[in-house]
Amino acid sequence: MSTVPRFWRHIPQRYNLVGTHCPKCDEYYYPPRAICPNCRRAAKMEDYRFDGKGTVVTFTTIYNATDDFKRQTPYNLAIIELDEGPRLTGQVICTPEEIEIGMRVKPAFRILGKDGERGIIYYGTKFVPAEGSV
Amino acid sequence: MRSVSIIGAGCTRFGERWDDSLRDLVVETGIRALEDANVSGEEIDGLYVGNMSGGRFVEQEHIGALICDCAGLSRLHVPSTRVEAACASGGLALRQGVLAVASGYSDVVIAAGVEKMTDVTGGVAADALAAAADREWECFFGATFPALYAMIARLHMHRYGTTREDLAEVAVKNHFNGSKNPISQYQMEVTVDKVLNSPLVSDPLRVLDCSPITDGASAVVLAPTEEAKKYTDSPIRILASAQGSDTLALHDRRDITTLDASVFAARRAFSMAGLEPKEVDLAEVHDAFTIGEIVAIEDLGFFDKGDGGRATREGLTAIGGEIPINTSGGLKACGHPVGATGIKQAYEMVLQLRGEAGKRQVEGAKVGLTHNVGGCGGTAIVHIMSR
Repeated sequence: MSTVPRFWRHIPQRYNLVGTHCPKCDEYYYPPRAICPNCRRAAKMEDYRFDGKGTVVTFTTIYNATDDFKRQTPYNLAIIELDEGPRLTGQVICTPEEIEIGMRVKPAFRILGKDGERGIIYYGTKFVPAEGSV
Repeated sequence: MRSVSIIGAGCTRFGERWDDSLRDLVVETGIRALEDANVSGEEIDGLYVGNMSGGRFVEQEHIGALICDCAGLSRLHVPSTRVEAACASGGLALRQGVLAVASGYSDVVIAAGVEKMTDVTGGVAADALAAAADREWECFFGATFPALYAMIARLHMHRYGTTREDLAEVAVKNHFNGSKNPISQYQMEVTVDKVLNSPLVSDPLRVLDCSPITDGASAVVLAPTEEAKKYTDSPIRILASAQGSDTLALHDRRDITTLDASVFAARRAFSMAGLEPKEVDLAEVHDAFTIGEIVAIEDLGFFDKGDGGRATREGLTAIGGEIPINTSGGLKACGHPVGATGIKQAYEMVLQLRGEAGKRQVEGAKVGLTHNVGGCGGTAIVHIMSR
Protein backbone atom coordinates (compact mmCIF):
# COMPACT_ATOMS: atom_id res chain seq x y z
CA MET A 1 0.00 0.00 0.00
CA SER A 2 1.33 3.45 -0.88
CA THR A 3 1.37 6.59 1.26
CA VAL A 4 -0.97 9.50 0.58
CA PRO A 5 1.73 11.91 -0.72
CA ARG A 6 2.41 9.64 -3.67
CA PHE A 7 -1.04 10.50 -5.05
CA TRP A 8 -1.33 13.94 -3.53
CA ARG A 9 1.67 15.45 -5.25
CA HIS A 10 0.16 14.86 -8.70
CA ILE A 11 -3.30 16.31 -7.95
CA PRO A 12 -2.93 19.48 -10.12
CA GLN A 13 -1.65 17.44 -13.07
CA ARG A 14 -4.14 14.60 -12.82
CA TYR A 15 -7.27 16.48 -11.74
CA ASN A 16 -6.85 19.61 -13.82
CA LEU A 17 -4.48 18.59 -16.64
CA VAL A 18 -1.77 21.04 -15.61
CA GLY A 19 1.28 20.52 -17.81
CA THR A 20 4.15 22.74 -18.85
CA HIS A 21 4.99 25.14 -21.67
CA CYS A 22 8.44 26.16 -22.92
CA PRO A 23 8.28 29.91 -23.75
CA LYS A 24 11.37 29.69 -25.95
CA CYS A 25 10.31 26.78 -28.15
CA ASP A 26 6.57 27.39 -27.72
CA GLU A 27 6.17 23.66 -27.10
CA TYR A 28 3.58 22.24 -24.69
CA TYR A 29 4.20 19.22 -22.47
CA TYR A 30 1.79 16.89 -20.76
CA PRO A 31 2.62 15.02 -18.59
CA PRO A 32 4.67 17.99 -17.31
CA ARG A 33 8.42 18.12 -17.86
CA ALA A 34 10.95 20.10 -15.82
CA ILE A 35 13.40 20.31 -18.75
CA CYS A 36 12.36 21.02 -22.34
CA PRO A 37 13.79 18.16 -24.45
CA ASN A 38 13.98 20.54 -27.40
CA CYS A 39 16.14 23.44 -26.06
CA ARG A 40 17.04 21.52 -22.88
CA ARG A 41 17.70 24.31 -20.38
CA ALA A 42 17.64 27.51 -22.44
CA ALA A 43 14.35 28.71 -20.92
CA LYS A 44 12.40 28.26 -17.70
CA MET A 45 9.30 26.11 -18.09
CA GLU A 46 5.94 27.57 -17.05
CA ASP A 47 2.77 25.76 -15.95
CA TYR A 48 -0.01 25.48 -18.48
CA ARG A 49 -3.54 24.20 -17.95
CA PHE A 50 -4.88 22.18 -20.89
CA ASP A 51 -8.62 22.16 -21.57
CA GLY A 52 -8.26 18.48 -22.51
CA LYS A 53 -9.89 18.37 -25.93
CA GLY A 54 -8.05 16.06 -28.25
CA THR A 55 -8.01 13.29 -30.82
CA VAL A 56 -7.48 9.52 -30.51
CA VAL A 57 -4.13 8.62 -32.14
CA THR A 58 -4.35 4.90 -31.42
CA PHE A 59 -6.20 2.70 -28.95
CA THR A 60 -6.77 -0.77 -27.54
CA THR A 61 -9.48 -2.51 -25.57
CA ILE A 62 -8.02 -4.28 -22.54
CA TYR A 63 -9.54 -7.66 -21.65
CA ASN A 64 -6.74 -8.89 -19.38
CA ALA A 65 -5.62 -6.29 -16.83
CA THR A 66 -3.45 -6.16 -13.74
CA ASP A 67 -5.19 -6.95 -10.43
CA ASP A 68 -5.89 -3.24 -9.77
CA PHE A 69 -7.90 -2.82 -12.98
CA LYS A 70 -9.43 -6.30 -13.34
CA ARG A 71 -12.90 -5.17 -12.26
CA GLN A 72 -13.04 -2.59 -15.05
CA THR A 73 -12.38 -4.95 -17.98
CA PRO A 74 -13.02 -4.63 -20.82
CA TYR A 75 -11.98 -0.97 -20.98
CA ASN A 76 -10.58 1.25 -23.73
CA LEU A 77 -7.14 2.79 -23.41
CA ALA A 78 -5.89 5.33 -25.94
CA ILE A 79 -3.05 7.64 -26.79
CA ILE A 80 -4.71 11.03 -27.16
CA GLU A 81 -3.19 14.04 -28.85
CA LEU A 82 -4.30 17.23 -27.11
CA ASP A 83 -5.11 20.17 -29.38
CA GLU A 84 -1.97 22.01 -28.17
CA GLY A 85 0.19 19.10 -29.40
CA PRO A 86 1.27 16.85 -26.53
CA ARG A 87 0.10 13.25 -26.30
CA LEU A 88 -0.96 11.31 -23.22
CA THR A 89 -2.28 7.88 -22.27
CA GLY A 90 -5.79 7.66 -20.86
CA GLN A 91 -9.01 5.67 -20.74
CA VAL A 92 -11.83 6.50 -23.14
CA ILE A 93 -15.29 5.78 -21.76
CA CYS A 94 -17.37 4.29 -24.56
CA THR A 95 -17.99 0.83 -25.99
CA PRO A 96 -15.20 -1.02 -27.84
CA GLU A 97 -17.27 -0.63 -31.01
CA GLU A 98 -17.52 3.15 -30.69
CA ILE A 99 -13.85 4.09 -30.31
CA GLU A 100 -11.84 4.73 -33.47
CA ILE A 101 -8.63 6.42 -34.63
CA GLY A 102 -9.31 10.12 -35.22
CA MET A 103 -12.24 10.30 -32.79
CA ARG A 104 -12.58 13.61 -30.91
CA VAL A 105 -12.62 13.34 -27.12
CA LYS A 106 -12.99 15.62 -24.09
CA PRO A 107 -11.94 15.12 -20.46
CA ALA A 108 -14.06 13.75 -17.61
CA PHE A 109 -13.14 13.73 -13.90
CA ARG A 110 -13.40 10.16 -12.60
CA ILE A 111 -12.29 7.68 -9.97
CA LEU A 112 -9.29 5.92 -11.49
CA GLY A 113 -8.86 3.23 -8.89
CA LYS A 114 -8.02 2.42 -5.33
CA ASP A 115 -4.90 1.22 -3.61
CA GLY A 116 -6.02 -2.12 -2.17
CA GLU A 117 -9.05 -2.67 0.08
CA ARG A 118 -8.16 -0.06 2.69
CA GLY A 119 -5.88 2.25 0.71
CA ILE A 120 -6.57 5.63 -0.81
CA ILE A 121 -9.13 6.10 -3.60
CA TYR A 122 -7.50 8.06 -6.35
CA TYR A 123 -9.01 10.30 -8.96
CA GLY A 124 -7.95 11.78 -12.24
CA THR A 125 -8.92 12.40 -15.83
CA LYS A 126 -10.52 9.94 -18.21
CA PHE A 127 -11.93 10.89 -21.61
CA VAL A 128 -15.35 10.65 -23.23
CA PRO A 129 -16.37 11.10 -26.87
CA ALA A 130 -16.84 14.81 -27.65
CA GLU A 131 -20.38 15.66 -28.74
CA GLY A 132 -21.18 15.13 -32.38
CA SER A 133 -18.16 12.95 -33.01
CA VAL A 134 -19.84 9.54 -32.67
CA MET B 1 39.90 -0.55 -27.59
CA ARG B 2 40.41 -4.30 -27.79
CA SER B 3 38.38 -6.65 -29.95
CA VAL B 4 36.19 -8.97 -27.83
CA SER B 5 34.99 -12.53 -28.52
CA ILE B 6 32.57 -14.97 -26.95
CA ILE B 7 34.56 -18.07 -25.94
CA GLY B 8 31.74 -20.07 -24.37
CA ALA B 9 27.99 -20.06 -23.90
CA GLY B 10 25.36 -21.88 -21.86
CA CYS B 11 21.62 -21.74 -21.38
CA THR B 12 19.06 -23.56 -19.25
CA ARG B 13 15.91 -25.04 -20.69
CA PHE B 14 13.31 -22.24 -20.70
CA GLY B 15 9.89 -22.85 -19.21
CA GLU B 16 7.93 -23.11 -16.01
CA ARG B 17 10.72 -24.55 -13.89
CA TRP B 18 8.72 -25.23 -10.73
CA ASP B 19 11.43 -27.46 -9.22
CA ASP B 20 14.16 -24.85 -9.57
CA SER B 21 14.87 -21.56 -7.81
CA LEU B 22 16.63 -18.51 -9.26
CA ARG B 23 19.84 -19.81 -7.66
CA ASP B 24 19.44 -23.27 -9.24
CA LEU B 25 18.97 -21.72 -12.70
CA VAL B 26 22.07 -19.55 -12.31
CA VAL B 27 24.25 -22.49 -11.25
CA GLU B 28 22.96 -24.65 -14.10
CA THR B 29 23.70 -22.08 -16.79
CA GLY B 30 26.99 -20.95 -15.24
CA ILE B 31 28.45 -24.44 -15.20
CA ARG B 32 27.44 -24.99 -18.84
CA ALA B 33 29.00 -21.73 -19.99
CA LEU B 34 32.26 -22.23 -18.08
CA GLU B 35 32.63 -25.84 -19.29
CA ASP B 36 31.94 -24.69 -22.83
CA ALA B 37 34.58 -21.94 -22.50
CA ASN B 38 37.04 -24.26 -20.77
CA VAL B 39 37.94 -21.64 -18.14
CA SER B 40 38.45 -21.98 -14.40
CA GLY B 41 37.23 -19.68 -11.62
CA GLU B 42 40.67 -18.17 -11.09
CA GLU B 43 40.67 -16.75 -14.62
CA ILE B 44 37.37 -14.89 -14.25
CA ASP B 45 37.79 -11.26 -13.30
CA GLY B 46 34.35 -9.84 -13.81
CA LEU B 47 30.69 -10.81 -13.76
CA TYR B 48 27.67 -8.93 -15.10
CA VAL B 49 24.17 -10.27 -14.61
CA GLY B 50 21.01 -8.99 -16.25
CA ASN B 51 18.00 -9.22 -13.98
CA MET B 52 14.90 -7.10 -14.27
CA SER B 53 13.00 -7.60 -11.06
CA GLY B 54 14.40 -10.05 -8.50
CA GLY B 55 12.75 -7.81 -5.93
CA ARG B 56 9.25 -8.36 -7.29
CA PHE B 57 9.59 -11.90 -8.63
CA VAL B 58 11.53 -13.59 -5.78
CA GLU B 59 11.84 -10.77 -3.22
CA GLN B 60 15.60 -10.76 -3.64
CA GLU B 61 17.76 -7.79 -4.59
CA HIS B 62 21.55 -7.62 -4.52
CA ILE B 63 21.59 -10.17 -7.35
CA GLY B 64 25.21 -9.34 -8.26
CA ALA B 65 26.63 -10.66 -5.01
CA LEU B 66 24.19 -13.57 -4.99
CA ILE B 67 25.26 -14.75 -8.44
CA CYS B 68 28.95 -14.48 -7.55
CA ASP B 69 28.26 -16.51 -4.42
CA CYS B 70 26.22 -19.21 -6.23
CA ALA B 71 28.90 -19.47 -8.90
CA GLY B 72 31.45 -20.34 -6.21
CA LEU B 73 33.42 -17.17 -6.86
CA SER B 74 32.86 -15.40 -3.54
CA ARG B 75 36.20 -16.42 -2.00
CA LEU B 76 37.93 -15.00 -5.07
CA HIS B 77 35.98 -11.74 -4.53
CA VAL B 78 35.27 -11.44 -8.27
CA PRO B 79 33.51 -8.10 -8.91
CA SER B 80 29.89 -8.84 -9.76
CA THR B 81 27.38 -6.27 -11.02
CA ARG B 82 23.65 -6.56 -11.56
CA VAL B 83 22.44 -4.70 -14.65
CA GLU B 84 18.85 -3.56 -15.19
CA ALA B 85 17.09 -2.18 -18.26
CA ALA B 86 13.74 -4.00 -17.96
CA CYS B 87 13.48 -6.67 -20.70
CA ALA B 88 16.83 -5.47 -22.14
CA SER B 89 18.71 -6.28 -18.92
CA GLY B 90 20.42 -9.29 -20.52
CA GLY B 91 21.51 -7.42 -23.63
CA LEU B 92 22.82 -4.63 -21.44
CA ALA B 93 24.76 -7.11 -19.25
CA LEU B 94 26.39 -8.42 -22.44
CA ARG B 95 27.24 -4.88 -23.45
CA GLN B 96 28.74 -4.07 -20.03
CA GLY B 97 30.87 -7.22 -20.26
CA VAL B 98 32.03 -6.28 -23.76
CA LEU B 99 32.94 -2.76 -22.59
CA ALA B 100 34.88 -4.14 -19.60
CA VAL B 101 36.99 -6.46 -21.77
CA ALA B 102 37.35 -3.96 -24.63
CA SER B 103 38.63 -1.30 -22.25
CA GLY B 104 41.28 -3.60 -20.82
CA TYR B 105 39.93 -3.32 -17.28
CA SER B 106 38.97 -7.01 -17.36
CA ASP B 107 40.13 -10.02 -19.33
CA VAL B 108 37.75 -12.93 -18.84
CA VAL B 109 34.21 -11.84 -18.02
CA ILE B 110 30.93 -13.70 -17.62
CA ALA B 111 27.85 -11.93 -18.95
CA ALA B 112 24.74 -13.67 -17.64
CA GLY B 113 21.03 -13.12 -17.36
CA VAL B 114 18.40 -14.70 -15.14
CA GLU B 115 14.74 -14.31 -14.30
CA LYS B 116 12.62 -16.54 -12.11
CA MET B 117 9.06 -15.46 -12.88
CA THR B 118 6.77 -18.29 -11.78
CA ASP B 119 7.21 -17.91 -8.01
CA VAL B 120 4.48 -15.23 -8.08
CA THR B 121 0.93 -15.38 -9.43
CA GLY B 122 0.08 -14.08 -12.91
CA GLY B 123 -1.33 -10.75 -11.69
CA VAL B 124 1.79 -9.94 -9.68
CA ALA B 125 4.02 -10.90 -12.62
CA ALA B 126 1.98 -8.69 -14.98
CA ASP B 127 2.31 -5.76 -12.58
CA ALA B 128 6.06 -6.31 -12.17
CA LEU B 129 6.42 -6.29 -15.97
CA ALA B 130 4.26 -3.17 -16.23
CA ALA B 131 6.95 -1.40 -14.19
CA ALA B 132 8.98 -1.33 -17.43
CA ALA B 133 6.42 1.20 -18.69
CA ASP B 134 5.82 4.64 -17.16
CA ARG B 135 4.24 3.88 -13.79
CA GLU B 136 2.97 7.41 -13.14
CA TRP B 137 1.66 8.34 -16.59
CA GLU B 138 0.79 5.04 -18.30
CA CYS B 139 0.14 2.28 -15.74
CA PHE B 140 -1.63 4.66 -13.35
CA PHE B 141 -4.35 5.09 -15.97
CA GLY B 142 -4.73 1.35 -16.57
CA ALA B 143 -2.04 0.62 -19.17
CA THR B 144 -0.64 -2.90 -19.27
CA PHE B 145 2.37 -4.01 -21.23
CA PRO B 146 0.36 -5.85 -23.92
CA ALA B 147 -1.85 -2.73 -24.17
CA LEU B 148 1.08 -0.55 -25.19
CA TYR B 149 2.16 -2.98 -27.92
CA ALA B 150 -1.48 -3.35 -28.95
CA MET B 151 -1.60 0.41 -29.56
CA ILE B 152 1.54 0.14 -31.71
CA ALA B 153 -0.12 -2.72 -33.62
CA ARG B 154 -3.38 -0.81 -34.13
CA LEU B 155 -1.61 2.20 -35.64
CA HIS B 156 0.73 0.03 -37.77
CA MET B 157 -2.30 -1.77 -39.21
CA HIS B 158 -4.16 1.51 -39.78
CA ARG B 159 -1.22 3.25 -41.44
CA TYR B 160 0.51 0.47 -43.41
CA GLY B 161 -2.24 -2.07 -44.03
CA THR B 162 -0.58 -4.70 -41.87
CA THR B 163 -3.21 -7.38 -41.25
CA ARG B 164 -4.25 -9.38 -38.20
CA GLU B 165 -3.09 -12.48 -40.13
CA ASP B 166 0.38 -10.93 -40.62
CA LEU B 167 0.75 -10.69 -36.85
CA ALA B 168 -0.32 -14.33 -36.52
CA GLU B 169 2.30 -15.38 -39.08
CA VAL B 170 5.03 -14.18 -36.70
CA ALA B 171 3.75 -16.53 -34.00
CA VAL B 172 3.35 -19.42 -36.47
CA LYS B 173 6.96 -19.03 -37.70
CA ASN B 174 8.44 -18.62 -34.23
CA HIS B 175 6.55 -21.60 -32.80
CA PHE B 176 7.80 -23.67 -35.75
CA ASN B 177 11.39 -22.60 -35.00
CA GLY B 178 10.87 -23.18 -31.28
CA SER B 179 9.69 -26.73 -31.97
CA LYS B 180 13.20 -27.39 -33.38
CA ASN B 181 14.94 -25.94 -30.32
CA PRO B 182 15.42 -28.27 -27.32
CA ILE B 183 15.56 -25.39 -24.77
CA SER B 184 12.35 -23.77 -26.06
CA GLN B 185 9.43 -23.35 -23.64
CA TYR B 186 6.91 -24.23 -26.34
CA GLN B 187 7.62 -27.30 -28.42
CA MET B 188 4.29 -27.22 -30.26
CA GLU B 189 3.49 -25.60 -33.58
CA VAL B 190 0.51 -23.28 -33.99
CA THR B 191 -1.62 -22.32 -36.99
CA VAL B 192 -2.90 -18.89 -38.05
CA ASP B 193 -6.41 -20.05 -37.10
CA LYS B 194 -5.28 -21.07 -33.65
CA VAL B 195 -3.67 -17.65 -33.05
CA LEU B 196 -6.76 -15.82 -34.34
CA ASN B 197 -9.03 -17.84 -32.08
CA SER B 198 -6.96 -17.52 -28.91
CA PRO B 199 -8.45 -15.25 -26.20
CA LEU B 200 -8.15 -11.47 -26.56
CA VAL B 201 -5.62 -9.91 -24.18
CA SER B 202 -5.58 -6.36 -25.46
CA ASP B 203 -7.29 -5.89 -28.81
CA PRO B 204 -5.91 -6.59 -31.44
CA LEU B 205 -3.37 -8.74 -29.55
CA ARG B 206 -4.41 -12.22 -28.41
CA VAL B 207 -2.80 -14.72 -26.06
CA LEU B 208 -0.78 -16.32 -28.87
CA ASP B 209 0.62 -12.92 -29.88
CA CYS B 210 2.29 -12.59 -26.47
CA SER B 211 5.51 -14.05 -25.12
CA PRO B 212 4.94 -16.21 -22.04
CA ILE B 213 5.99 -15.96 -18.39
CA THR B 214 9.22 -17.95 -18.24
CA ASP B 215 11.94 -19.12 -15.87
CA GLY B 216 15.42 -19.34 -17.30
CA ALA B 217 19.04 -18.27 -17.26
CA SER B 218 21.81 -17.91 -19.83
CA ALA B 219 25.47 -17.00 -19.75
CA VAL B 220 28.30 -16.27 -22.17
CA VAL B 221 32.01 -15.96 -21.43
CA LEU B 222 33.95 -13.08 -23.00
CA ALA B 223 37.67 -12.69 -23.61
CA PRO B 224 39.95 -10.51 -25.74
CA THR B 225 39.87 -11.82 -29.33
CA GLU B 226 43.66 -12.13 -29.42
CA GLU B 227 43.51 -14.62 -26.54
CA ALA B 228 40.27 -16.36 -27.50
CA LYS B 229 41.95 -19.20 -29.39
CA LYS B 230 43.64 -20.24 -26.14
CA TYR B 231 40.22 -21.34 -24.91
CA THR B 232 38.28 -22.44 -27.97
CA ASP B 233 38.67 -23.34 -31.63
CA SER B 234 35.50 -21.49 -32.52
CA PRO B 235 35.37 -18.05 -30.88
CA ILE B 236 32.57 -15.73 -31.97
CA ARG B 237 33.78 -12.19 -32.49
CA ILE B 238 31.70 -9.21 -31.35
CA LEU B 239 31.84 -6.80 -34.29
CA ALA B 240 29.65 -4.14 -32.68
CA SER B 241 27.86 -3.33 -29.44
CA ALA B 242 25.43 -0.41 -29.50
CA GLN B 243 22.74 1.02 -27.27
CA GLY B 244 20.04 3.66 -27.67
CA SER B 245 17.50 5.29 -25.35
CA ASP B 246 14.15 6.98 -25.88
CA THR B 247 11.24 8.36 -23.86
CA LEU B 248 9.95 6.02 -21.17
CA ALA B 249 6.32 6.52 -22.20
CA LEU B 250 5.08 5.36 -25.60
CA HIS B 251 2.86 8.44 -26.04
CA ASP B 252 5.92 10.76 -26.11
CA ARG B 253 7.61 9.06 -29.08
CA ARG B 254 8.27 10.86 -32.36
CA ASP B 255 6.42 8.03 -34.12
CA ILE B 256 4.33 5.42 -32.27
CA THR B 257 5.09 2.73 -34.89
CA THR B 258 8.89 3.15 -34.81
CA LEU B 259 11.27 2.36 -31.95
CA ASP B 260 13.78 5.16 -32.53
CA ALA B 261 16.08 3.64 -29.89
CA SER B 262 16.34 0.54 -32.13
CA VAL B 263 16.95 2.66 -35.22
CA PHE B 264 19.68 4.60 -33.41
CA ALA B 265 21.38 1.49 -31.95
CA ALA B 266 21.21 -0.38 -35.26
CA ARG B 267 22.71 2.49 -37.28
CA ARG B 268 25.52 2.84 -34.78
CA ALA B 269 26.15 -0.94 -34.75
CA PHE B 270 26.24 -1.22 -38.54
CA SER B 271 28.62 1.71 -38.78
CA MET B 272 30.86 0.21 -36.06
CA ALA B 273 30.91 -3.17 -37.84
CA GLY B 274 31.33 -1.60 -41.28
CA LEU B 275 28.40 -3.65 -42.56
CA GLU B 276 25.02 -3.12 -44.24
CA PRO B 277 21.80 -4.80 -43.07
CA LYS B 278 21.80 -7.00 -46.20
CA GLU B 279 25.14 -8.48 -45.15
CA VAL B 280 23.60 -10.00 -42.00
CA ASP B 281 22.73 -13.70 -42.37
CA LEU B 282 20.28 -14.01 -39.48
CA ALA B 283 18.95 -12.10 -36.48
CA GLU B 284 17.38 -12.65 -33.09
CA VAL B 285 14.98 -9.75 -32.49
CA HIS B 286 12.79 -8.67 -29.60
CA ASP B 287 9.39 -10.26 -30.29
CA ALA B 288 7.83 -9.89 -26.83
CA PHE B 289 4.68 -9.43 -28.92
CA THR B 290 4.19 -10.40 -32.56
CA ILE B 291 3.97 -6.74 -33.62
CA GLY B 292 7.36 -6.23 -31.94
CA GLU B 293 9.05 -8.44 -34.53
CA ILE B 294 7.36 -6.68 -37.45
CA VAL B 295 8.45 -3.27 -36.15
CA ALA B 296 11.95 -4.56 -35.32
CA ILE B 297 12.75 -5.94 -38.78
CA GLU B 298 11.82 -2.50 -40.16
CA ASP B 299 13.70 -0.47 -37.54
CA LEU B 300 16.86 -2.59 -37.92
CA GLY B 301 16.93 -1.84 -41.65
CA PHE B 302 16.11 -5.31 -42.98
CA PHE B 303 12.86 -4.05 -44.55
CA ASP B 304 11.31 -0.65 -45.32
CA LYS B 305 8.98 0.97 -42.79
CA GLY B 306 5.55 -0.58 -43.16
CA ASP B 307 6.85 -3.58 -45.08
CA GLY B 308 7.44 -5.93 -42.13
CA GLY B 309 4.00 -7.53 -42.34
CA ARG B 310 4.37 -8.34 -46.04
CA ALA B 311 7.91 -9.70 -45.50
CA THR B 312 6.64 -12.03 -42.81
CA ARG B 313 3.60 -13.12 -44.85
CA GLU B 314 5.85 -13.99 -47.82
CA GLY B 315 8.18 -16.12 -45.68
CA LEU B 316 11.23 -13.88 -46.09
CA THR B 317 11.96 -14.15 -42.35
CA ALA B 318 11.63 -17.96 -42.11
CA ILE B 319 14.64 -20.29 -41.99
CA GLY B 320 15.63 -20.58 -45.65
CA GLY B 321 14.23 -17.10 -46.38
CA GLU B 322 16.05 -13.86 -47.17
CA ILE B 323 16.90 -13.13 -43.52
CA PRO B 324 15.88 -15.78 -40.97
CA ILE B 325 14.53 -14.07 -37.83
CA ASN B 326 14.31 -15.68 -34.40
CA THR B 327 15.57 -19.15 -35.24
CA SER B 328 15.51 -19.93 -31.49
CA GLY B 329 11.75 -19.47 -31.48
CA GLY B 330 12.20 -15.91 -30.25
CA LEU B 331 10.71 -14.57 -27.07
CA LYS B 332 7.36 -15.72 -28.38
CA ALA B 333 8.00 -19.49 -28.42
CA CYS B 334 11.39 -20.06 -26.78
CA GLY B 335 10.17 -18.00 -23.81
CA HIS B 336 10.99 -14.67 -22.22
CA PRO B 337 12.64 -14.80 -18.79
CA VAL B 338 13.09 -11.04 -19.06
CA GLY B 339 16.60 -10.64 -17.60
CA ALA B 340 17.93 -13.69 -19.47
CA THR B 341 16.50 -12.98 -22.93
CA GLY B 342 19.31 -10.76 -24.23
CA ILE B 343 21.92 -13.35 -23.30
CA LYS B 344 19.85 -16.19 -24.74
CA GLN B 345 19.82 -14.31 -28.04
CA ALA B 346 23.64 -14.30 -27.96
CA TYR B 347 23.64 -18.00 -27.01
CA GLU B 348 21.49 -18.85 -30.04
CA MET B 349 23.77 -16.77 -32.26
CA VAL B 350 26.85 -18.61 -30.95
CA LEU B 351 25.25 -21.96 -31.82
CA GLN B 352 24.22 -20.74 -35.28
CA LEU B 353 27.61 -19.23 -36.13
CA ARG B 354 29.40 -22.37 -34.94
CA GLY B 355 27.06 -24.51 -37.06
CA GLU B 356 25.69 -26.28 -33.97
CA ALA B 357 22.03 -25.28 -34.22
CA GLY B 358 20.78 -28.71 -35.33
CA LYS B 359 17.42 -28.84 -37.09
CA ARG B 360 17.11 -25.05 -37.17
CA GLN B 361 20.61 -24.37 -38.52
CA VAL B 362 20.88 -21.52 -41.04
CA GLU B 363 23.22 -22.85 -43.73
CA GLY B 364 26.46 -20.91 -44.07
CA ALA B 365 25.64 -18.44 -41.28
CA LYS B 366 28.59 -16.05 -40.86
CA VAL B 367 27.21 -12.78 -39.48
CA GLY B 368 24.40 -12.51 -36.93
CA LEU B 369 22.62 -9.66 -35.17
CA THR B 370 20.88 -9.64 -31.79
CA HIS B 371 18.33 -6.99 -30.80
CA ASN B 372 17.02 -6.62 -27.25
CA VAL B 373 14.43 -4.02 -26.19
CA GLY B 374 13.62 -2.65 -22.74
CA GLY B 375 10.03 -1.61 -22.14
CA CYS B 376 8.36 -0.70 -25.40
CA GLY B 377 11.49 1.01 -26.68
CA GLY B 378 12.94 3.11 -23.85
CA THR B 379 16.13 1.08 -24.29
CA ALA B 380 17.42 -0.89 -27.29
CA ILE B 381 20.61 -2.92 -27.48
CA VAL B 382 22.08 -4.25 -30.74
CA HIS B 383 25.05 -6.59 -31.09
CA ILE B 384 26.57 -7.82 -34.35
CA MET B 385 28.81 -10.88 -34.24
CA SER B 386 30.60 -13.18 -36.64
CA ARG B 387 32.54 -16.44 -36.71
